Amino acid sequence: MGSATSDPAASGSTTTSGRKPLTDAAETGLKIVVVGGFGVGKTTLVRSVSEIRPLNTEEVMTQAGVGVDETGGVTSKTTTTVAFDFGRISLNERMVLYLFGAPGQERFWFLWDRLFSGTLGAVVLVDTRRMDDSWYAIDRLEHHRTPFVVAVNRFDDDTARHSLDEIRLALALPDHVPLIDCDARVRTSGKHVLVSLVDHLYQLALAQESAS
Amino acid sequence: MTRRPVDTGAPDRLYTVTGGRSRADDSFDLVTLVVAECGPSAGMQSEHVRILDLCRHPTAVVELAAELALPITVVRILLGDLLATGSITARHPRLGQTAASHPDTALLQEVLHGLRNL
Repeated sequence: MGSATSDPAASGSTTTSGRKPLTDAAETGLKIVVVGGFGVGKTTLVRSVSEIRPLNTEEVMTQAGVGVDETGGVTSKTTTTVAFDFGRISLNERMVLYLFGAPGQERFWFLWDRLFSGTLGAVVLVDTRRMDDSWYAIDRLEHHRTPFVVAVNRFDDDTARHSLDEIRLALALPDHVPLIDCDARVRTSGKHVLVSLVDHLYQLALAQESAS
Repeated sequence: MTRRPVDTGAPDRLYTVTGGRSRADDSFDLVTLVVAECGPSAGMQSEHVRILDLCRHPTAVVELAAELALPITVVRILLGDLLATGSITARHPRLGQTAASHPDTALLQEVLHGLRNL
């Protein structure tokens, strides 16, 4: 951990230490989470839009009293190390958006509250060849009332080419959840995914503000 | 004198870095921006020195963790030390840690504007 995933060419201008610092006026950090199954392209999406090469960090989670073997005493706690990638987009002089690629495996989802509280919203990245991987993520987001959009990462060998309507049906996705195609490798496509999410969040906030 | 960085991956290392403490300052969010208010002083722990060095410009907690190759919790503990001595200030995110706080339209408009200008 510590440095990077790969692709040293992805970052822009950097300091001699390889870091690209924020402006001194930066004051507000924001979060968006990208979730989805293993290998669906979460880091690829983060990399395509990030101004820094995606970094990797980890958290040691202590899991106590959640159905693990409790034999009493401190030693009964289990610790799990969870690694996640993140990237960064400076929105303006003051605001900086962080994109987190969240581990998609079910056993890591107890981390959700703690690591990703206060997120603006989430992107569920879907691989049509493994749509089952998406169900758990969607279920947890709905449970936590975290607003999200679903982006279908169209791989080159995605020969089946399910239509978005078919995918919506397969995922039992309600009509109000935006569903879009994307190519996680392409910057404009990744940007479109983020704009779709924030536009969705804006519409939700607008509806809420006019209702109150 | 500054202590040598501890660079083994063993759990002992984390115990040493934090002086055995495991409870972190929860006020530090992943995207809290940390700014150094002074330079390192003599005898300061090497991790504290590195944090002050990295935070000459605002730096998010999660970026500090990546740069220091330390888990988030450990970084939060170290930041708590520096905050207590006034060596750093923290710019916390406007959106709180509770799920109940939703972003307002003005904030989201700014985000949209920033994204469209990418």
